[in-house]
Amino acid sequence: MSDFILGGKKFKSRLLIGTGKFPQKETITKAIKSSESGIITLALRRVDLQSVEENILSYIPDDMTLLPNTSGARNATEAIRIAHLSEAMGCGNWIKIEVISDQKYLLPDNEETLKATRILVKEGFVVLPYISPDLMTAKKLVDAGAAAVMPLGSPIGSNRGIRTKELSQIIINEIDIPVIIDAGIGAPSDAAMVMEMGADAVLVNTAIASAENPDKMAEAFKLAVQAGRIAFISKLGAKSKFANPSSPLTGFLNS
Amino acid sequence: MNTYGYLQQFSNLDFTEIFSSTTDADILKIIAKKELNYHDFLQLLSPKAEDFLEEMAQKAKLNSLKYFGKAILLYSPLYIADFCENQCQYCGYSVMNKFQRHKLNFEQIETEARAIHQTGIRHIVLLTGDSRQTTPISYIKKAVQILKNYFDSITIEIYALTKIEYAELIAAGVDGLTIYQEVYDEKIYDGVHLRGPKKDYKFRMEAPFRGAEAGMHSLNIGALLGLNDWRKELFLTGQHLRFLFRKFPAVEYKISFPRLRPYHGSKVKTIEISDKNLVQGILAMRLYFPQIGINISTRESEHFRDNVMPLGVTQISAGVKTSVGGYSLKENEENQFEIADNRTVAEMKKAISNAGFQPIFKNWF
Repeated sequence: MSDFILGGKKFKSRLLIGTGKFPQKETITKAIKSSESGIITLALRRVDLQSVEENILSYIPDDMTLLPNTSGARNATEAIRIAHLSEAMGCGNWIKIEVISDQKYLLPDNEETLKATRILVKEGFVVLPYISPDLMTAKKLVDAGAAAVMPLGSPIGSNRGIRTKELSQIIINEIDIPVIIDAGIGAPSDAAMVMEMGADAVLVNTAIASAENPDKMAEAFKLAVQAGRIAFISKLGAKSKFANPSSPLTGFLNS
Repeated sequence: MNTYGYLQQFSNLDFTEIFSSTTDADILKIIAKKELNYHDFLQLLSPKAEDFLEEMAQKAKLNSLKYFGKAILLYSPLYIADFCENQCQYCGYSVMNKFQRHKLNFEQIETEARAIHQTGIRHIVLLTGDSRQTTPISYIKKAVQILKNYFDSITIEIYALTKIEYAELIAAGVDGLTIYQEVYDEKIYDGVHLRGPKKDYKFRMEAPFRGAEAGMHSLNIGALLGLNDWRKELFLTGQHLRFLFRKFPAVEYKISFPRLRPYHGSKVKTIEISDKNLVQGILAMRLYFPQIGINISTRESEHFRDNVMPLGVTQISAGVKTSVGGYSLKENEENQFEIADNRTVAEMKKAISNAGFQPIFKNWF
């Protein structure tokens, strides 16, 4: 299967995972292994370099690419500040922009996200913006130099499958940089579905972290993402809504 | 509209009528709903809903998992002064209570900070009594600047401030505001706050609003349970939060459920709230607001705290000392209230892990 290229790096896996919401930090290490993921996101607000035991980085293998996120930012200025902090803390120059100004639905603020992306790209960051699936925003993010776009699959916590399917499909069709479906992927079947749709990758956190067995669930997601990708490459058969008619309307053209 | 004006619309609500007409079917239907309205929330606080605590608990657990996963934040309170100009019937700091008052100097504050920091704690709640004279904003601001070198998150739980004063403390490093209305019933409020600046019901009620306007990242509100019918108090706490949430959607909200604890020489008559009803209140709140933080302090016992963790608790205090200088100075015995869970941070951390959760120490910058 073709490698996944993101931010100038090659990855074998198209599954990105998260570090939040696990019952124990030790569980994260196991889940990472079973997921075979190469990229892991972590909330910078959780990173404590002063404590070895509490430092989440101690539980992540060195060869994984860190994708710190700006969770907690309410506007572009705060997101930029967090990105700078992340770099200063030694978390690298990759940053997932998460600007949330509504704690009820936890929907991203596309306008502020775009602002932050423009500035951080110029400063040399590899920027992965988390957005509501809006095509125009996605296009502007491409122009701004984003490394990928990360439209949400469903509002966080909704656990009702992929609710943004049509809008995400439009982005997948029209955007030439990697499209990573983030948030709302509640089950491996959701992940398989968006991969079949042609998404380049998916990010899964809660569904793995809050499973009874995170380790096994990570494996299930790994397989689902692989299956979805293979299905996409193999081109699914067309699903026709119409039965083949016995009296075709255009039959006269052949007579 | 301000908070006071908003809450007025519920002043004629007939609780007795709504409670008596609530049926089993109503409760089951509400539990199954995705988005609850104020009437649903009120019915979950009804005596009828007591028969469905297990169903409510299962839903509350699911809601919490979706938004918070299996993680609980640990924090400690830090009392830096206990001078107070208020006469509040339920509080050990009341101006009428004669004891040796304390105010930490900046060196002592740093010593306390070091002692708490060593336990691993990175989030603190900074507390003083209500005395602008002895503990003015300038003193609190300096304390915050010192504490910011030791802690990632500083929440203040002090007297009600103006918007400009909140902004000043935010600039110094504060990110959270905890302020309880104590009791939403205006008459009871007036009766238990005999004198002092806190007597101003409306100024206190609008404090969270002013804090949000000033740019607070998190707001923690609550009612002191035991001064009035808990069902009414929690209902109004919920409406207070609903109002703030719509006005300031970017703020992270938390609710506490402080049960009135005795202090040495307390005279106030309390209306007991049972463990069962407190759990009902926590569950109703979790179903009404799946995405808010729920804070359980050491006012509650070890047994209670360990058992409510899976029901939607997101933060819990540990290693708590409620006396000024309690972490390093040990010369002061006067507590604001008696605590019911004396476990150290290390013990609390273990208890959280044992309950199947990850103890979190840092969740801010």
